[in-house]
Amino acid sequence: MDRDKLARQFTEAIPHARALSMTIDHLGEGVAEMSMPYDARFIGAPETGVIHGGAVSALLDTCCGASVVCHPASKGGTATIGLRIDYMRAATPGQAIRTRAECYHVTRSVAFVRATAMDDDTDRPVATATGTFTVEAG
Amino acid sequence: MSEGSFVKPRGGRPEPVQVIKQRRDAALGALVHGVPYIQFLGIEFDRRGDELTAILPFDDKLIGNPLLPALHGGVTAAFLEVTAIIGLSWASLWEEIESGRIDAQTLVAGNLPRLPKTIDFTVDYLRTGLPRDAYARAKVNRSGRRYASVHVEAWQDNRARAFAQATGHFLMPRLEG
Repeated sequence: MDRDKLARQFTEAIPHARALSMTIDHLGEGVAEMSMPYDARFIGAPETGVIHGGAVSALLDTCCGASVVCHPASKGGTATIGLRIDYMRAATPGQAIRTRAECYHVTRSVAFVRATAMDDDTDRPVATATGTFTVEAG
Repeated sequence: MSEGSFVKPRGGRPEPVQVIKQRRDAALGALVHGVPYIQFLGIEFDRRGDELTAILPFDDKLIGNPLLPALHGGVTAAFLEVTAIIGLSWASLWEEIESGRIDAQTLVAGNLPRLPKTIDFTVDYLRTGLPRDAYARAKVNRSGRRYASVHVEAWQDNRARAFAQATGHFLMPRLEG
């Protein structure tokens, strides 16, 4: 099975990714782009309608994992070791969140990833993430 | 020591313990149930005095790896972040309610305080999250007028074996008035 199809199936088989209506927009070598539509159930600040940071974290984590799985050196699944997220601003209510993750280095045991989350204003990121992920022993 | 024994009598007469409990639980309930995403994940909070324990009852939609199966890393991060934000908000709200500056009834009526905003959040994944209930507690390491630093630990069957921990910085809401 080709790597793209594997990564697509892998992510679509994740119940929590489905629960948050996440979709894969693009997969490349060590690169993944995913999005999550605006949904009133994911609101974290009721007075403004801004999406909860936790939902953005879940999308970033999934997108980072997908970029690891579709890296040429990856042999299968992965799990998060550590994830740091910086929140630059509130996402605009009503707009989808889009993330792009890049797995920029892989050793025998660890994959290093950075990712960005945006809404419609692509010049000003909503959040950035850096993460480390496990690499399955081949 | 029973609940309420620290409370200074209001208006000269000690309040019955049930009145105190009911007021505190109503305030906490309003804070937690006012946030749609907390409801979506199904997180509840157990209160013992001022100490909160967050509970994430297991649900199939929280699964990240159906083969193991294991909790989604994003669920774990979100659970920790919710616990940190509610823990931080509750700590400052507690003072306001106990001193009488905020009336719990106004909270229940929907006049909720703005929640702290996450500046950054760093999660350590220590073990696989198993397909069962999870618990978490937050410790506010510093809470200033503008910034706060909070540490959170989450566990499942065994309190001494955390499956994840996190540290985050938060921007405190501006006090009104």
